[in-house]
Amino acid sequence: MKPPPFVYHRPASVEEATRLLAELRDEAKIVAGGQSLVPLLNFRLAAPAHLVDINGITGLDRLGWADGAVEVGATVRHSRLLREREVAAAHPLLVEATGWIAHPVIRNRGTVCGSLAHADPAAELPAVLALLDGGVEAVSWRGGSQASRRVPAAELFAGPLQTTLEVDELVVAAYFPTLAAGTGWAVEELARRHGDYALAGIVLTVTVDGEGKPTSGRAAYLSCAPTPVVVDIGPALGGGGGGAGSATVYDLVASSLDPTDDIHATAVYRRHLAATLTVRALDRALSRARTGTQPPQPELAAVSDAMAAPTAASSDGGAER
Amino acid sequence: MSPNPRTSSPADLHEVVVTVNGVTRSARVPARRLLSDMLRHDLRLTGTHVGCEHGVCGACTVLLEGEPIRSCLTFAVMVDGARITTVEGLAGPDGELGPVQRAFRECHGLQCGFCTPGFLLLTTELLSRSPEPADDEIVDALGGNLCRCTGYVNIVRSVRRAAELAREQPS
Repeated sequence: MKPPPFVYHRPASVEEATRLLAELRDEAKIVAGGQSLVPLLNFRLAAPAHLVDINGITGLDRLGWADGAVEVGATVRHSRLLREREVAAAHPLLVEATGWIAHPVIRNRGTVCGSLAHADPAAELPAVLALLDGGVEAVSWRGGSQASRRVPAAELFAGPLQTTLEVDELVVAAYFPTLAAGTGWAVEELARRHGDYALAGIVLTVTVDGEGKPTSGRAAYLSCAPTPVVVDIGPALGGGGGGAGSATVYDLVASSLDPTDDIHATAVYRRHLAATLTVRALDRALSRARTGTQPPQPELAAVSDAMAAPTAASSDGGAER
Repeated sequence: MSPNPRTSSPADLHEVVVTVNGVTRSARVPARRLLSDMLRHDLRLTGTHVGCEHGVCGACTVLLEGEPIRSCLTFAVMVDGARITTVEGLAGPDGELGPVQRAFRECHGLQCGFCTPGFLLLTTELLSRSPEPADDEIVDALGGNLCRCTGYVNIVRSVRRAAELAREQPS
């Protein structure tokens, strides 16, 4: 079907965008990549009177490293995370999870911050943000000046396609904390067709001590609840992890999750799937943690250069071709 | 620039100028005009096909600044000033088929042809960055598009053949 009529706005600055949102309130929706919003419009499931396109705002395409986290600006597309080597070096978990998002063609347009603000419980990046205790920076125009606040992942996701962001707030960046030394990670999911939303998925980290014994572990699940669910798997690691300890991990996860039946899978199957994927993910994450196969942290200088790179060049896909 | 939110109407027309297959084209369209519809209805380039219109089938795939995108999930007004390649841009000026098109014809990479424009553009982009793609690379690049006729085997074969043709006769 065709999308419903709307008034189109293309602000040139964050100030202009947030002033618009302050005026239009819930009549407006923000669009960056549109890969989730436009299908909703084409289906007439949403009919905002105004669309605020943030692609004309300079400075929102920052992709860099700040305070122990990878910072991703609001107009950075998924495909850029997969293309830039500095990001793979700084945050292999984020990059691997991004590779699970839909298909390459969707990743060419869809944005990281858009995925977080859309808050689909079946999406990968909300689970990654929750697992890592990352957050987003939201700005608004209030009382005649610009206000900004950091919203941690634990307070961001409120329900399916719902966040705690106010209608006048614009997410300008997301922060994904990088992994400490000795921490391994894994991403696992299962979908009926490649590129579909997962029936269940997991993002997991595990930290080992000098002797390779796991000391802590966390897992975040997608498609298992209305929001990403984070489970502390530390109590089930018992020094062994994987192998002998895996039955305990399975039980812990199965008892921590309460998925529901839907047309794609039953709750029982989903719970089993999530627990099974956890056992697999834990094996891979432990082996990465023990062999130190996670790439080292990037040198600050290199990544700072990447951050300082002219934004015009990186926002124009054509310049690289 | 943003219009005044209170005096603008959804019926307002926007001048959109794009370079399609190397030619500058323009149209005055409402904000809700999808890029797929602007190409087909306003610019009369009906080679871009519209299947599902919600981003699942991939028939409407075009190249935006050289990268494949779903034109049914993109508003024309959002790509003002951009460079676009459609299936009409793959043939030579005299209508002679390009190497990717010839490969699909040779290898029976199509039957009804509805999905073909999307597959041709995905293949063109894949070969531009990876001239000798491995089979899993081909499947990864094309896996987001649907074909209900071929069973995909001949499509993958066509991509391999297109790579050969492109090497024999660089365009």
